[in-house]
Amino acid sequence: MTREEIFEKVVEIVKPYVKNQEALEGVTEDTNILQDLKVNSARLVDVILAFEDEFDIEVEDEDADAVNTVGDAVELIQSKLG
Amino acid sequence: MRRRVVITGLGVVAPNGVGLKAFEAALREGRSGIRHIPIMEELRFGCTVAGVPDGVDELAERYFDADELMAMNTSHRYGSIAAVDAWTDAGYARPERDDDHVYWEAGAVIGTGIGGLDTTGEKLVPMVDAGRVRRLGSTMVEQIMGSGVSARVSGLLALGNQVTANSSACSTGTEAILEGYQRISNGLAERMLCGGTEGSSHYAWAGFDAMRVLCRAHNDEPARASRPLSATACGFVPGSGAGVLHLESLEHALERGARIYAEVLGGAVNCGGHRHGGSMTAPNPDAVRRCIGAALVHAGVDADEIDLINGHLTATGADPKEVASWAAALERTPENFPLIHSTKSMIGHGLGAAGAMESVACVLMLRSGFVHPSINCEDVHPEIEAYERSIPREMREMPELRTVIKAGFGFGDVNACVVFRRRDEDDNLN
Repeated sequence: MTREEIFEKVVEIVKPYVKNQEALEGVTEDTNILQDLKVNSARLVDVILAFEDEFDIEVEDEDADAVNTVGDAVELIQSKLG
Repeated sequence: MRRRVVITGLGVVAPNGVGLKAFEAALREGRSGIRHIPIMEELRFGCTVAGVPDGVDELAERYFDADELMAMNTSHRYGSIAAVDAWTDAGYARPERDDDHVYWEAGAVIGTGIGGLDTTGEKLVPMVDAGRVRRLGSTMVEQIMGSGVSARVSGLLALGNQVTANSSACSTGTEAILEGYQRISNGLAERMLCGGTEGSSHYAWAGFDAMRVLCRAHNDEPARASRPLSATACGFVPGSGAGVLHLESLEHALERGARIYAEVLGGAVNCGGHRHGGSMTAPNPDAVRRCIGAALVHAGVDADEIDLINGHLTATGADPKEVASWAAALERTPENFPLIHSTKSMIGHGLGAAGAMESVACVLMLRSGFVHPSINCEDVHPEIEAYERSIPREMREMPELRTVIKAGFGFGDVNACVVFRRRDEDDNLN
């Protein structure tokens, strides 16, 4: 799976949790999930679970904690997919 | 000086009708909302029918966003739709997410009997027991906690006054109205959304089935299963749904020119202490009579002003005793008895939501001037034959319907009774 494909899937997965839909329109790998997209921090665990389901991977808590931007998510997923 | 309290909005999600129009039409037609529930049959319940509102998931997608829906089980969907409807029916616009305004003068008492058992039974317990706690995600707590629905509603509507969930079994919905009434009457709020919600889950109904209080005799004809007041009543039919009433101080309602359905004249709550025949599951008849009497006194109403009794009447063996309690408390004989009926004949026993859905029915009947039939009692119970003429088996137009008394007598021997009076145009001069 290319980085581009992963990026698109990540954006799709995050979409229902995004409170700032405008920021989603101009989303890049640098977009911050909590601060820019305004995803409720309480729902981050659900986003991680969705990544696990979509890509059939397992994400440890420490890895999840390091995800701040969309790019961090793509990076993490790519590394798990080997 | 007690401030007067009126009803200026209604919302309902009932097994026989979702929304006021559909609910009123179903009540008028005597249409049942009871249906066959496949999983109850699969899992070998004695009773395999229940009252479940229809089409709610499709409707919920129009009311709520994807992230809200992820955290909303059936109890939440029913209660939230009913609450939003009551709010907009009262003439208030639904707040936008980014609107900062908090309605400090408006609160909610939306109770439940059993709460989010679908979430507990279908997700929480299996996953925890399988050692998969992580996989539960973030939405469990708010769906399981007793105050979950009122908490959800407070965010949907930017409420800023008291937001809580009462719980008193089958009297929850009726009691909620009295809790809201008191808060407004005492000047602590101007508007309160009051009612109850109960989710659809066979886990919620299992306990009743095990106690053998559910009707097992009409699994093949669901619409005939709920038979309050009948000689062939054989236990109650479990139900679910939600009802919410928007209570408001009369002053505030008049000031803003609100449409007023009816007044909450007053009411009473009490308990029978499990004495004199009362127990966890059966009412103390003295307490029932006291509650009715106290409701009349608090409401400032004479017994002979009552036009209609919307009873608790669940279709257990207690129905004839309940009629006797009404007769004693109102000191009225079969010759001059008010009309008496049971909404449960059509919607089953909605537990924590029962009193609320049934109170919405009372207010709709007052507004539109009709009395819905008590279905499934063509064969009135022999002990109450004398009252047969007071039990409408068909819908009656009744423009003169003015004062309705509603009660719930719940598990735990707890009672709640409220009196509603129709509000006419020219009442606004007072």
